[in-house]
Amino acid sequence: MLTRLLTRFWWSTVTLLGTAFLTFFLVNAVPGDVAKVIAGSKASGEVLQEIHAKYHLDDPVLKRLGFYFIQLAHGDLGHSYVTDQAVAEAIRIRFPTTAALTGLAVLMWVALAVPLGVLTARFRNSWFDRTILVVATVSLSLPSFWLARVLQYWLAYKLGWFPVGFFRGLVDLLLPAATLALLMVGYYARLVHTNMVEVLDSPYVRAARAKGASETRVLFKHALRNALIPVITMLGMDVASLLGGVLFIENVFALPGIGNLAVQSVLNLDVPMIMGTVLFSATLVVGANWVVDLLYGWIDPRIKSAG
Amino acid sequence: MPLLEIRNLQIDFGRGAKALRAVDGVSLSLEPGQTLCLVGESGSGKSVTALSIARLLASPPAVYAGGEILLAGREVLRMRAAELRQIRGGLVSYVFQEPGASLNPVLRIGNQIQEALQLHRPQAATEAEVIRLLKLVGIPAPETRIKSYPHELSGGMQQRVMIAMALAPQPKLLVADEPTTALDVTIQAQIIELLVHLRQQLGMAILLITHNLGIVGDIADEVAVMYAGQIVERGPAPELLRRPGHPYTRALMNSVPSLDSETDRLTTIAGGVPQLGAFPAGCRFHPRCAIARPECAHASPPLVAVEPRRWVRCPYGNSPA
Repeated sequence: MLTRLLTRFWWSTVTLLGTAFLTFFLVNAVPGDVAKVIAGSKASGEVLQEIHAKYHLDDPVLKRLGFYFIQLAHGDLGHSYVTDQAVAEAIRIRFPTTAALTGLAVLMWVALAVPLGVLTARFRNSWFDRTILVVATVSLSLPSFWLARVLQYWLAYKLGWFPVGFFRGLVDLLLPAATLALLMVGYYARLVHTNMVEVLDSPYVRAARAKGASETRVLFKHALRNALIPVITMLGMDVASLLGGVLFIENVFALPGIGNLAVQSVLNLDVPMIMGTVLFSATLVVGANWVVDLLYGWIDPRIKSAG
Repeated sequence: MPLLEIRNLQIDFGRGAKALRAVDGVSLSLEPGQTLCLVGESGSGKSVTALSIARLLASPPAVYAGGEILLAGREVLRMRAAELRQIRGGLVSYVFQEPGASLNPVLRIGNQIQEALQLHRPQAATEAEVIRLLKLVGIPAPETRIKSYPHELSGGMQQRVMIAMALAPQPKLLVADEPTTALDVTIQAQIIELLVHLRQQLGMAILLITHNLGIVGDIADEVAVMYAGQIVERGPAPELLRRPGHPYTRALMNSVPSLDSETDRLTTIAGGVPQLGAFPAGCRFHPRCAIARPECAHASPPLVAVEPRRWVRCPYGNSPA
């Protein structure tokens, strides 16, 4: 158990360092002068040089990377080139919006996808199953920016049910969260469906029926828990990547979340901010892996004893 | 009155022109407390027949096309869902071939046995009763075992748990569908011994499905042999084993390895069981039969009562091979 934890920890560290390394090089490979973004394109050569000196922009990439890692080792993500705000502070301020958006969306799509998946598996090949299959396929092939714009235009602008382009609090997250949930629900309904179909054909489900268990009991006590095991993996990964920023939806609905922060920092070539948001997102993914593993042990006893 | 009476049962897979008949006019009966062995190779329709007793076949694709199944005098094929749930477990219980796959992997075995009690004997759904049942089927240290998950037990122990679960509601009929096929040979003998012992102690009837005629002599009162969806021979076990009337029964008996035989080659039946939907014309066994005659390819022999309580589907069965 301890060796497993240590191996796990080692690989998590390698993953994060690798991400940091790659991102740093990629950002530096982008053409353009950060100083011009900061000072504006009409700034004089002197000003630009001053900025270059301040941020050590003329040092070799490896040297700057070294400094960045030393800074990281001190737990400091640095300051934005553009606003001079501490990167950690910027993330801290924006994270709750992204987290609330993601949380709300997850609740919505799981609450829809699980019953839909279970029922379509139970009544497979019925007209109900076929209808849901079509709806689900449409849902998972919708482009997110398109759906977000369409819903915003009709529900928020035309019908006036939701605010347009500003954000006050949780209530204003309903439409963005519903949009996100609509994009995810189709995939999850199919995932639950496929796993349920497989489990419903298994000998232990037949044995449960042979015992005289009712259909509800067979579906929810015997089948669902087994069918959810693979679903939880996907959910963990998706939640982690969404918490790292819901790019298009935050953008369309003008939400002050991590996604908008990341997009803005890329447009500004704001290296510390890009690094910060990418590392934050990568940490979430690694963390989600841990959480999923723990959940696995709890939901599937075979995995706990194998570890 | 027989506990179980199957009359001219016909089961199809699929409907209309595409229907394939898996069980074709099977009749069986089983008295309370007796043991009936249903013998045949894989694909002969014996498991389909066994599952139909509690209507456990997934339908579709299975279609109960004809005949009747009377369980304690009640017509199973006409039962409503609620009534079916009562007889499943309550009147007829099942033990399946793969104990590892037939126990739910995420539920503790105590929980699974207790569920069978809750469904049919709620007043007895206690931990003490679960422990008593585990003891009954010979599980050591049952007090700690109730907390185990199925994967923590060996195949033999898993099958004992399945048997305990099946017996929990005190059924009148235990259907054991190849209960030992997936187990080691030494464990097989133990499980059969356990079934014999439990029948003596509890007095339920047993329908044992097997392809191994070798274990039939130890347990059966009656034997029915199935081939390609039909019964080819039926009769009291000692009689049938001493003087098998159908060439298929004889071939099955010859393929049981015996310790005192002189040869060291295993006798097998040439060819394979015909695929569902591709049964040969005439007698379904004639392509593999050692005593087949030209007319066997045309005429389908009926199941004929050769003696009281003794049926054979072969007019030449008693001629020397």
